[in-house]
Amino acid sequence: MKAHRHHRRGRSCIVLGALLLAAACVPGTDGSGAAGSQGAAATAIPDPGKAGKVTLTVWDQQTRGGANAQIERLNKEFEHKYPNVTIKRVARSFNDLKKTLKLALSGDNPPDVVQANQGYSDMVAFARAGMLTPLDSYAGLYSWNTRFPQTLLNLNRVSPDGKQFGTGQLYGISQEGEYIGVYYNKKVLRKAGLEPPRTWQDLTGALPKLKKAGELPIQFGNLDKYPAIHTFGVLQGQAAGSAEPVRETVFGRGGGFDTEPTRKAARTLADWAEKGYFPKGANGKGYDDAAKQFADGKGAFLITGTWQLADLRKPMGDDLGFMPPPPAEGRQPVTTGGEGLPWSITSKSDHPEVAAAYLDFLTDAHASKVMTEEGVLPIVPGKAAKQLDPDEADGQMFAGWQRLNAADGLVPYLDYTTPTFYDTLSADLQGVLSGKLSPGDLATRMQKEYAEFRARQRTGSEDEG
Amino acid sequence: MSAHTGTGSRGSAAVLRRLTARYRRQAPGEPRAVGYLYVLPALAVFGVFLLWPLGQTAWLSLLHWDGLTRASWAGLDNYRDLLTDPALRAPFAHAAVLLLFYAVLPVAIGLLLTAALTRFRIRGMTFFRTVLFLPQVLAMVVVGVAWRAVLAPEGLLNDTLSAVGLGGLTRSWLGDDTWALPAVGTVGTWVETGLCLVLFLAGAQRIPRELYEAARIDGAGPVREFFTVTLPGLRAEVAVALTLTLVAALRNFDLIYITTSGGPGNATSVPAYEVYRRAFESGEVGSASAMGITLTAVIFALTMVVTRLVEGRRR
Repeated sequence: MKAHRHHRRGRSCIVLGALLLAAACVPGTDGSGAAGSQGAAATAIPDPGKAGKVTLTVWDQQTRGGANAQIERLNKEFEHKYPNVTIKRVARSFNDLKKTLKLALSGDNPPDVVQANQGYSDMVAFARAGMLTPLDSYAGLYSWNTRFPQTLLNLNRVSPDGKQFGTGQLYGISQEGEYIGVYYNKKVLRKAGLEPPRTWQDLTGALPKLKKAGELPIQFGNLDKYPAIHTFGVLQGQAAGSAEPVRETVFGRGGGFDTEPTRKAARTLADWAEKGYFPKGANGKGYDDAAKQFADGKGAFLITGTWQLADLRKPMGDDLGFMPPPPAEGRQPVTTGGEGLPWSITSKSDHPEVAAAYLDFLTDAHASKVMTEEGVLPIVPGKAAKQLDPDEADGQMFAGWQRLNAADGLVPYLDYTTPTFYDTLSADLQGVLSGKLSPGDLATRMQKEYAEFRARQRTGSEDEG
Repeated sequence: MSAHTGTGSRGSAAVLRRLTARYRRQAPGEPRAVGYLYVLPALAVFGVFLLWPLGQTAWLSLLHWDGLTRASWAGLDNYRDLLTDPALRAPFAHAAVLLLFYAVLPVAIGLLLTAALTRFRIRGMTFFRTVLFLPQVLAMVVVGVAWRAVLAPEGLLNDTLSAVGLGGLTRSWLGDDTWALPAVGTVGTWVETGLCLVLFLAGAQRIPRELYEAARIDGAGPVREFFTVTLPGLRAEVAVALTLTLVAALRNFDLIYITTSGGPGNATSVPAYEVYRRAFESGEVGSASAMGITLTAVIFALTMVVTRLVEGRRR
């Protein structure tokens, strides 16, 4: 800041001076760290054991049962392997971490390792401001590029100009895989005389039958606004038949949202709400409440993410089944999914090499084994996964993950599309569910938001030459 | 050295003389400049923790800033958007509706109950006062969580309605486009009524009984008595209650955050929630600041109006 310059002018210029002073205080970094900086130019696999006494501050959001347990185990093992390293762990819930991370990263003394959410408002913004270290050189050393599927690694990439998401430099690696699937209650299905669905037609055909039998077909609570995005994502993937079109659009290079599959998915959503396949007043029911009621036997299906498995498994036991959304006859499964929050190294960290070794340790084959034992789905399920019973929900989840990856059937979360897409889409989907917004209008509005953001991005790059 | 001190003390003696002379000219008891010295510590704290951040927010409202990268000048763009963008105007409209539930209704209910309670003596008054005041003591987050359960589709309210044969009225209160805002507003009425009642009851005790007796001798009924004796006697309390509830209505954040997150759609988004969402979630710090400044101005203006309307006539 150039504050001292303005003090000489004397009192007559106080007003002007105050303005100039303020102008010199434009907040924020100039983002010079974003472009060009390649991170620490490591050339050989670093040995944290030789780094001297190191305290690694780590902020994560692994607060749920199994996720928390595996991190605690792995942290202990890492400290045991390198007695000179102490891990100072700060665990916060996803929402709390998302809110405090921005402030922590802009401070002078940020944590060494953080879990930063993918997408424009988090990871892309941090990368553009030069707050995270690009990991490409480490990715080469530790062969992360071959450890993970490319489509999943892309979710953690940001272009060198800090504008584009899904391509460019690697800013983080993730531990666990996740996808939206269909949970079903075997007992409720049996009562209605139905088998677990094998195809999409089985699933849609079961809905009216369940309704007739007096059962709630699909348990669903959308007061928290985000669950509808997941349900809609499943319907959209189903209507499109493959993951690629929507995935490309989310990454900003596809055909947009004003498409027949989007309109069809919106129509199906509105139709299900109107026919009473969802509970009445789903917009007023909490997500957790809906999950609890499903566990209590209210509802044959629940469409939500793999993260809910452990919590449902406990009360439901063998009544619980889980699968990726069943594909149409002869097709491959498609669904919304991706990976857990990526682990990143901050650019102000004093020990990037120890942090990189820690990241590698959290995602290697041994870590996969620990995660599997704690009921968490690792991106690369190792040998331990093969020992799971394929007829139990855990085994179904692992098998479904492998099927989805083999078929390239993962569409990223739709809210990655633009910085404000989460707000507009979640609000609009509540409108579609209540009948206030027509399915056709939803597609138009999604497209408008998408096109406006793309246009803003393009003019933005021209301004900066 | 000694010469210097000499002139120094001579100088200060002169200053002292001038000061005493100045104060001698004033009537005793008239405010003195030294009063500012007493105010200074409080003023310093006020300045550092309130005025300075307020100024900073005003400054940020003139910028486009995502909270991380270098900000760019926006001028009055953010304020212009507040006037033209329906998505930014709607929260203020919702806040106006909530004013009815948070301020007007509680004051009206409070006055009505006070009028009734001053006419009839009720046993266990302290108990009722405590119970009615209880919502004020609870953290708003607790209130929000409790009401979210009450208003849920299978919650207490709908169960009760079905039990008494009004099943046709049940709905998903917080998920209904029309009813979500009134539902949240009702929670506000529940919270603020106790405050108003306790304020008014305390005020009513100060109204001389003779006035009521005189009114009754003159043949005034309960309605007449309320408007000629109770209401004028409670003028100061009404002003306080209105100011407190107005501010509570307009800065309402926690309740919305807990119960609806602004939904369904944006049916219950309010300015304070929008400020938070834009500043911390979507990275529109400039727009959030402009909204915050506007909200501050609105609250300031409304409290001024209340003070003028209710208290002003006394002067």
